Amino acid sequence: MDPPTAKKSKQRSKRHQQPQLFDDTSMHPPAGTYGQSPGYPQTYPQGYSQGYPPQQAYMAPGTAGYPGYMPTGHPSEPAQHYGEQIFNDPMAAMAVQYGSNLAGHGKEYVAKNIDKYVPVSRLKYYFAVDNGYVGKKLALLFFPFSHMDWSIKYNQHEPVAPRYEVNAPDLYIPVMAFVTYLLVTGVVLGTQQRFSPEQLGMEASSLLVWLVIEVACLMLVLYIMNMKTDLKYLDVLAYCGYKYVGMIAVAIACMIFNNMGFYVALGWVSCSIMFFLVRTLKVQILPEAEADQLTGSKRRIYLLLLIAILQPIFIYWLTSGLFSYRPTLIGKMAASL
Amino acid sequence: MAFTLYSLFEAALLCINAVAVLNEERFLSKIGWGADQNRGFGEEVGVKSQIIDLIRSVRTLMRIPLIFFNALTISLLLVLG
Repeated sequence: MDPPTAKKSKQRSKRHQQPQLFDDTSMHPPAGTYGQSPGYPQTYPQGYSQGYPPQQAYMAPGTAGYPGYMPTGHPSEPAQHYGEQIFNDPMAAMAVQYGSNLAGHGKEYVAKNIDKYVPVSRLKYYFAVDNGYVGKKLALLFFPFSHMDWSIKYNQHEPVAPRYEVNAPDLYIPVMAFVTYLLVTGVVLGTQQRFSPEQLGMEASSLLVWLVIEVACLMLVLYIMNMKTDLKYLDVLAYCGYKYVGMIAVAIACMIFNNMGFYVALGWVSCSIMFFLVRTLKVQILPEAEADQLTGSKRRIYLLLLIAILQPIFIYWLTSGLFSYRPTLIGKMAASL
Repeated sequence: MAFTLYSLFEAALLCINAVAVLNEERFLSKIGWGADQNRGFGEEVGVKSQIIDLIRSVRTLMRIPLIFFNALTISLLLVLG
C-alpha cells in the first residue's frame, strides 16, 4: 500500500504540468490510515514500517509528520509480543533500523533508475484509452480497408494519448487481447476434450516467449540497419500485440466451424492485419527516407514487408495448436442445424 | 512449441555465449570484421560496421555477467536436471 501512495503523491505534485490523461478514481487519503490501522504494521517489524514515513513526508507535504526516524522503543498501537521482544534488545533495534535504512535507499535507487528500462512516464500514455478509441481500433483491426487517413497528427517527439488520435498505438488492446486469447484457447481445448489447467500456463509461456522473440528481433533489425525512426520498443510491442485480436477471431472460428472456418478466418485476419500494419507503419518508418540516401528507403520497404509477412506466419504458428481433427461438440451441433 | 520462459532464457544465454566466444585477433580480423578495420570515416555507418560494433560491445559488456549467468544455469541444470 505504501509505494503506490508515494508514487501517486509524486504524480499529484507534477499533475499541474501535464494534461489530465484519465480520471484518477483511486486516490486514497494520503497515509491517512497508515498509522492507525493496526492490521498493517503487524505484518512487518516495527522498525521497517517506520522507515517509510520519512520518504512519504518528503514527497507528500500534506501528510502529518510521523513521530520520527528512530524507533522509539514502544509503539503506541497494540503491537505483537513478537514486536516488543525485538526492541528490548538495542543491538537488534539498531540492526532493524539499518535494514530499514537500506530498504529506503534501495527504493530511492530503483525509483530513480526505473525510468531507463521501463519508461514509466511514457507507459501511462499507452493506457490512456477510452471506449470510443477501443471500439474504433477494433473495427480498424478487422476491416482496415476503408480507412483513409493513417497519419498521426501530433508533434513528432511528444507521445500522444490514444484517446485523441485513432492511429496512435496503445498497449491496452494487446494486453487485453493476450489474456482473452488465453481464455478462449482454454474454452476451445475444452470443447475438444483435451483441456487441463496446465495447458493454460504452457500456452501463456509460449505466447510470451514468441512475443519477446519477435520484439527482440525487430529491435535488432532496426538497430543493425541503423534506421532512426520514432519507434520505441513499447511501440513495437504494441504493434506486435495487435495480432492477438485476430487470433481470438481465428480461435472462435475454429471452435464453431471446424476446418473451413479456421482457414477462412485465418485468411481474412492475415490480410487485414497485414494491411493494417503496412499502412500504419508506412507513416512512421518511410518518411525518414527523405533525409536518408536512396538505399535507405529500399531497406525500410524491406523492413515493412518483413513485419507484414511475419504476422500471418506467427498467427498460423500460434493457433495451429488449436487445430484438431476431431469435430468439436459445437461444430457437430452447427453442422446438424 | 511448448516454450517456457526458462527455455527463452537458455536460448538467449547460448546466443550471447556464442557472440562472446568470437575471438578478436584470431577470427574476426582474419575475416575482415576486426574492430580496427572500420574506423576512420565517421560518415558511412553501414550494416557491417553496426554488426561489428554490436559484437564488440556485447563482448566487452557481457563478459562478467556471463560468468555469473553460466554458473547459475549450470548449477541449476545439475540440481534440477
